[in-house]
Formats: sequence, structure tokens, C-alpha cells
Amino acid sequence: MIGLDLGRLGAVARKEMREYRRTPFIVGAMLVLPFIFLINPAIVIFVLSAAIKPAAAARDVGSTFLVLLVVPAVIPATIAAYSVVGERDQGTLEPLLSTPVRRGEILIGKALAPVIPSVGIAYLLFALVVILAHFFAQNPAVAATLSDGPHVLAQALFAPLLAVWSIGVGTAISTRASDVRVAQQLGTLASLPPLAVTALVSFQIVPLGVWTAVGFGLGLLVIDIAMWRVVAAMFDRERLITGSRAVKTTGVSPGDSVGPGQVRRIQA
Amino acid sequence: MVSHLTKRFGDRSAFEDVSFEVARGEVFGFLGPNGAGKTTTVRTLGTLIAPTSGSAVVAGIPLSAATGAEIRQLISVMPENPGLYVRLTVQENLELFAGLYSLPSPAARIAAALETVNMAARARDLCGRLSKGLRQRVGLARALLSDPVVMFLDEPTSGLDPVASRDVHDLIASLRERGVTVFLTTHRLEEAERLCDRVAILNTRLLAVGPPEQLRMQLFRSSLVVETAVRLPAPETVFTRDMGVDKWITEGDATYVLTVADPRMTAPRVNRALVAAGADVVSIAVSHHSLEDVYLQLVDEDPEAGR
Ligand SMILES: Nc1ncnc2c1ncn2[C@@H]1O[C@H](COP(=O)(O)OP(=O)(O)O)[C@@H](O)[C@H]1O
Ligand SMILES: [Mg+2]
Repeated sequence: MIGLDLGRLGAVARKEMREYRRTPFIVGAMLVLPFIFLINPAIVIFVLSAAIKPAAAARDVGSTFLVLLVVPAVIPATIAAYSVVGERDQGTLEPLLSTPVRRGEILIGKALAPVIPSVGIAYLLFALVVILAHFFAQNPAVAATLSDGPHVLAQALFAPLLAVWSIGVGTAISTRASDVRVAQQLGTLASLPPLAVTALVSFQIVPLGVWTAVGFGLGLLVIDIAMWRVVAAMFDRERLITGSRAVKTTGVSPGDSVGPGQVRRIQA
Repeated sequence: MVSHLTKRFGDRSAFEDVSFEVARGEVFGFLGPNGAGKTTTVRTLGTLIAPTSGSAVVAGIPLSAATGAEIRQLISVMPENPGLYVRLTVQENLELFAGLYSLPSPAARIAAALETVNMAARARDLCGRLSKGLRQRVGLARALLSDPVVMFLDEPTSGLDPVASRDVHDLIASLRERGVTVFLTTHRLEEAERLCDRVAILNTRLLAVGPPEQLRMQLFRSSLVVETAVRLPAPETVFTRDMGVDKWITEGDATYVLTVADPRMTAPRVNRALVAAGADVVSIAVSHHSLEDVYLQLVDEDPEAGR
């Protein structure tokens, strides 16, 4: 994947953004899901009474933290699952691969389009939750826990790392899938394991400190890199074109339309 | 340009031992029935899939895993299905490809390409809303965008109505004037005959290559169609080798089709012989074979044709 051309990469990313903007499912998901994921934090902020001890409060805040990571962990996979099958369905994969564009440019260009908005949404949601907590939380431990160093660091690191895994696994499934729906369901499922790992931190099975955050971050980075190697290997022009062959359209064969009988008689 | 090229999928050959050469600026027709291996050939030469064996030089560059991107920069391919992003406008589709070819001044190139295919007024339309004929034109504009050295057009008129087909034909004719090398795949014979400088007939193996009229002459001797008032009692005594008739058959009641080497010499002789034999000649006509006949004969004779 050496020698990436930013112009070509940008062209792919721009095209992806334009397509997503006109896909109601994706726009809807990006608009609606953040509100759903605000429900749990809102309960923690507005309902958790001041009487609860700081340790117990911190545990509830942990669940909030996990919920906020669902957006970057799951949405990119769902979108990416569509990316290659979708091109194949539209018949655009072949013209796209017939241009000088490199494999890495397609993959990164396609990855940027969903990663940027979902990580952006995750950061915004987190900022919003921290601000709300400072102003409205009944229990002072909530705001304190949310905005302490390790939490902010973990949120900042995990969101993009989970998103990168998510989009990688979604793309991998998409290169092999022949059906958009199946690809999206598999993609969503496959995006969950790393999220489960972060759950260890959220539920304080592993206590969250700066070093645990960094450690888990590194762990995620390693599986991200491994995943992307697999994706790059799967993204092979020939496999993509011939792998799951579209149903061949049977046109009229020339013999049918011109009455071959006459000619045969001449040769008889 | 192409030498002993073979592509197999498992144990099945899509095309086998195909060799030919295309001159710069030529419109080269690649003719064959469905499943003949035309699309697979285009994909192989377009560097999308690797040949199983054999070699090829495309746009002056030897085909190999390492030269794929370099070749793709110089060529353009229009697949059987134009494959446009239906949620993007015509302009946006072309902007993507201008970016992928790293074209300088993309806006001017896009405008010029749309002008060439007569689609300038539809630049802001969503591709999903265009008719098949118009999509095909956008596909052609996209193929023209990068000013390619070689253009591969895979059945560009399949499924188009006659008017849209004619537009595509006119465009291909104008490409020839510009000196673009065009590799045109088709199963429509009249298309190949009308547009192409040379034609190759493929049915897994290459059956023939040459200018359409030469293929016709090379493969067929002419025919005389003789019609008499009543059925001849003993045609075999008239249509003899001495008269220059290689073969003859009866067609209908009193019509005979004669395969001859030289119709100008044989026709008057046959006429005289028929009159001498007491027959009333209604007409004697020379029949010209079209490329279609050549094609059907070749495909018929091909042992693999019935696969
Ligand atoms: N991906 C593939 N896997 C297996 N066989 C294939 C594949 N693509 C094409 N073929 C076979 O190769 C032959 C040639 O196909 P194709 O090149 O599409 O023909 P054409 O374009 O002339 O109609 C056909 O018999 C087809 O079934
Ligand atoms: Mg074909």
C-alpha cells in the first residue's frame, strides 16, 4: 500500500460522502442513534441520587461510557458492510477497478467516509454528556468520574480504534458477501467483540487508569492492524470481479435473430 | 499485441490461445456469440484479471501484475453494464473518475466529454433517473474523459433501441477520426461490419481475423441463385464441375443455389447450358455473402460451438 495518491483517495472519499448523504438509512442512523444513546447517560445524570456512594456512582458512569462507544463501534461496520457489495450491485465495481486507483486508496477513501462522522458523533456526545453532567448531575461523583483523566483518555482513544476495527471487519465481510442485508447483519455482529473488551473497563472488572486506557488502546491498535492486513489481502481485483459472479444475463444469440437455416442450406 | 493468451476458470477455458494485433488508431471488432469469452478478454486486457498463460502488450506496455496501474492510466474500459452511481449526478460521477485518473483541469474535461456525447444539458441529473440509452452515453463520456490511448467498449449497444444504438455508432465513428484505438466487443454483426477496420471472430478460440470484406471473400466463394420456370428433370447434368460449379443445392421448388469460383464466367455458361437443355430461365443472380454468413459458418463449423 505504498504510494498513496491523496487526490485519488480524496476522490473516493468525496464520492462515498455524497452517496451516504443521499442514502436515507445512513442519514437516519446518524441522526437518530445518538439520541438513543443519550438515554442511558441522561438517566445517570438526572436520576442518580446524591445519596449514592461515589464508588457505586462510578460504576453506573462506566455503563454510560460503554454506551457512548457503541456509535463508533457499530455504525461504521454497518455502513462498510454495504460498501463493496453495494458497488457490485450497482455494477460500479468494475469501472472503479478499471481506473488507475490503487487498492489502498479505495480502502482508505471508503473507510474515511463513515469513520469521520461516527467518531465525530462519539466525541460530540461525550462532550455533551460531560457538560450536562457538570450542570445537572444530582450526584457530584458523576461529573467527577466522567471528566477525570483516564475516562477522557479512554474515550478519545477507544472511539477511533473501535471505529477502525469496525470498518475493517465490515469491509472484509463486504468483499465476500453477495447480499447487502446479510453483509450488514454479519458486520454488526462482528463489530461487537472489541466492544466487549472495553466493557471490562466500563464495568470496572479492570479498574480504569491512565495505563489501562493506554494498554487497551494498544491492544485495539494491534487487532486493527491485523484486521486491515486481512482486508487488504481480500481486496484483490480479480477476486472481486470474478468471485461472486452476478447472474449472467442471457441475451439473444445472433443465430436466433437471423435465421441460420438459409445459410446452412447454401453450404449443404 | 496479444499472443497465445489463455484464461481458464478452473478446468474451463473462457478463451484459449488467442493471438492478434491491433494497430494504433484502428477500430477493432471482437465478434462472438454469448459466452465466447469476449468480456473475459476485455477484463484480461484491462488488467482486471490475470491471464492463465500467454502474453499481451496493451497501449505499449507489457501486461503484468506490476504494470496494471500504469496500463489502466492509459486505457479506459466501458463494461457491458455502464455501472454508474445512481445516487450521484452525471457531473458527480464524472468528477470521481476525473479524480481517479488525476486529470488536470477536470471541469473542462468533464464539460468536453459531456459535449461529445450530447449530454451537457443533463449534467445535474441523477444517474438513477436516466434512461438506459442516456446512461450508456454517460458511460461513454466517462470512458472518453481521460483521453485514453485505447478504449475497450464491451457490447456498447446491447439492449439499446435503434436510435440510441445509432448515436453510439456515430460516436465510435468520430473516435476513429480522432485516432483513438477502439477495441469493440459485439455480437451484432452489422455493427462490426459497419464500424470496424478489422474484425476478429472468437468462440473460445480465435476463428478468424481480418477486414470484414476480406473475411467474406476468403471464406466464401460466391453463389449463383438460378431460378427456372419448372423443376429441372436432371440438374446434375447441367451444374457440373466443367461449368465451374463446385457444389449445388435445391432451394424451394425450382431454385438452385450454386457455389462457384467465378460468377462472371460461370453465369453465362450455366445460362447457355440451361437453354440448351430446354429449360426456361427465370433469373440468374449473384448472391453476396455478408459477414453474417461468414460468422455463422465459422461458429457452426467450430467443434466447440455446441458446448
Ligand atoms: N468468473 C468466472 N468463473 C467461471 N467461469 C466464467 C467466469 N467468467 C466467465 N466465465 C465463463 O467464461 C466463458 C466466457 O464468458 P464471457 O467472457 O463473459 O463471454 P462473452 O462476453 O463473450 O459473452 C463463459 O463460458 C463463462 O461461463
Ligand atoms: Mg460479454
